[in-house]
Amino acid sequence: MATGTEGVNARRAEYWRRTVRLTAILLAIWFVVTYVVAFFAVPLNNFKFFGFPFAFYMGAQGALVIYLILIVYYARYMNRLDREFGVAEED
Amino acid sequence: MATATGGDFISRLPRIYGMYTGGFLAFVIVLALLEHYMNLSDRTIGYVFLAATIGLYAMIGFMSRTMNSDEYYVAGRRVPAVFNGMATASDWMSAASFIGMAGTLYVQGYDGLAFIMGWTGGYVLVALLIAPYLRKFGQYTIPDFLGARYGGNSIRLIGVVCAIVVSFVYLMAQLSGAGLIMSRFLGIEMMYGIIAALGGVLVCSMLGGMRAVTWTQVAQYIVLIVAYLIPAVWMSIKVTGNPIPQLAYGGVLEQIAVLEQQFGVVAGHVQPFTRTDMANFMALTFCLMVGTAGLPHVLMRFYTVPSVKDARTSVGWALLFICLLYFTAPAYAVFAKHAVYTDVIGKGLAELPQWVAYWGKIGVVAVCDAVDAATTIKGCTAAGNGDGIVQLKELWLHGDAIVLATPEIAGLPYVISGLVAAGGLAAALSTADGLLLTMSNALSHDFYTKIVNPNSSVTQRLTIARVMLVALAAIAAYATIHAPATILQLVGQAFSLAASAFFPALVLGVFWKRANKAGAIAGMLVGFLLAGYYIAGVGWNFNALLGVGFFPDPGPTPANPGVDGRWFGINAISGGIFGMPAGMLTMIVVSLLTRDTSPEIKAMVENLRYPRMAKA
Repeated sequence: MATGTEGVNARRAEYWRRTVRLTAILLAIWFVVTYVVAFFAVPLNNFKFFGFPFAFYMGAQGALVIYLILIVYYARYMNRLDREFGVAEED
Repeated sequence: MATATGGDFISRLPRIYGMYTGGFLAFVIVLALLEHYMNLSDRTIGYVFLAATIGLYAMIGFMSRTMNSDEYYVAGRRVPAVFNGMATASDWMSAASFIGMAGTLYVQGYDGLAFIMGWTGGYVLVALLIAPYLRKFGQYTIPDFLGARYGGNSIRLIGVVCAIVVSFVYLMAQLSGAGLIMSRFLGIEMMYGIIAALGGVLVCSMLGGMRAVTWTQVAQYIVLIVAYLIPAVWMSIKVTGNPIPQLAYGGVLEQIAVLEQQFGVVAGHVQPFTRTDMANFMALTFCLMVGTAGLPHVLMRFYTVPSVKDARTSVGWALLFICLLYFTAPAYAVFAKHAVYTDVIGKGLAELPQWVAYWGKIGVVAVCDAVDAATTIKGCTAAGNGDGIVQLKELWLHGDAIVLATPEIAGLPYVISGLVAAGGLAAALSTADGLLLTMSNALSHDFYTKIVNPNSSVTQRLTIARVMLVALAAIAAYATIHAPATILQLVGQAFSLAASAFFPALVLGVFWKRANKAGAIAGMLVGFLLAGYYIAGVGWNFNALLGVGFFPDPGPTPANPGVDGRWFGINAISGGIFGMPAGMLTMIVVSLLTRDTSPEIKAMVENLRYPRMAKA
């Protein structure tokens, strides 16, 4: 493992790279859940889900639940990443 | 809350608000008993409810008074993630969410879901792209961030102007919402309703700034969510026997589909893109989402939590609290539609349920069966056939009627209607609080303290802030009383403006070190002006208003079916779909064409990206 300033810089770059990658992946899911589902809303409505037409369910509840999961996952992942890279606020 | 200095107060918060919720429920029950045994009049119940809640908010504001800058601007940065989530939720959910959204869903069915997804999905952007970095930055306002990141007073000033315009438009919608509720439930003039509501807001925010607004917003969230859920749960039990409306309304949707066929409705409730086309649906969802991540009064709340970690968690709490209401809004719409289809349509004029006549008097429902209905009955646009039976197209419902009338449709006592009024008022006031504070902070902190008089004392600054608050409130009240557009339109337009002005500069500021001052200035101006230009033309018909041809024309109207000045058929509310990408592109191009940012700015951006810099 590298030491000194260079090592710290490499670690920082790695932390940021992983942050950006996670952000991009979660935004991709966000995009699919919102826009791809809406784009195919007419055919998707032929499926039933909990007694709801599927596209309607997604717009009214499903997408919201997934948004929530994305945010919670991000918070947990980032808090862990902070500790792993020694940039967490508390220690 | 007068002792709000130590950690002791923070640890007691759950108990304080637990007791508050219990007290509030007891208050509702006592009123219900009084209504039953003492025959309290509807008007009295309305007054008791609205006076009690406004008085309560004012009291919290008074107890949270402060002369300390950190307390005034960011509530001392001690707000726990859960409570900041609650405060953000009520800061966020406006009169439009509480009163208007279920109505929009009633009218538009699937197409109305653009509001549901747009106003929740935006939090993903807030969580991933903005909140943690803003908290790490750790100053007071959004223009603060722009000024520090891009350097100089010009960008700060643009931030101030954009923040004020966006917040002002949004504030007008809140005030007219509050005024409507007051005038409907108390029978007073809308103007006095607006003034009374503003009084409540001012007492709260003037004395205690962000600290008072935070604790009031938490209290307002509790009122509004209780008020929103009770009628829906009751309605759900009544129609389906299941006390969880969010799950139960799937079955009701099927019954509605059957009734729709009987009535010959071509475009069913769940049928997508029948009232709005797909392009507008997508554009609206996009603008509401990106606008969420650009609204200063919401973003400002993430300065108030103790740490970056809390900022991340807090967005999750905020969305959870928002979802409690947003899960329920489509259920409201479906239950109301079910009630209308089974109890009103196809019935004789004499056998209509009572709520039709009651809300008809208020002017949000109209039965247009009479052959001269178009001219004699308020709300009716076409003549009926006069057969004494209500056909589907003979019933006119204002969107606001759905939430307001549901307690009566469900057969609940009037006290629940009063509760709903109090909830709607809480939603409007909590948002108004946040907006007024954002504007007065932009003027007092960013304009006066940072630009005009950097050597001013804390007392001077906080006095200026309070003077600004009162002045802005007065201007907003005057403008609202004279404004034409409906609530939802105004709010949507504010989102498009916020998306175009702030989103690119905030996000690129963190994620792209190369973004510089010239780029940010050009990007913000282009985005904001383009969205404003489009909204002014298509939404407000500035061409006709000013007698010019400079603006785009509105879409086709019954009077002018051939004229469509819209670009790609996009409605004014989604003007941000042009403004935001244009702003972002301009920012990137201009940044690349001008000088790179200084090493100091690069170091500052680097610093934003890590909750704490690791030691070398």
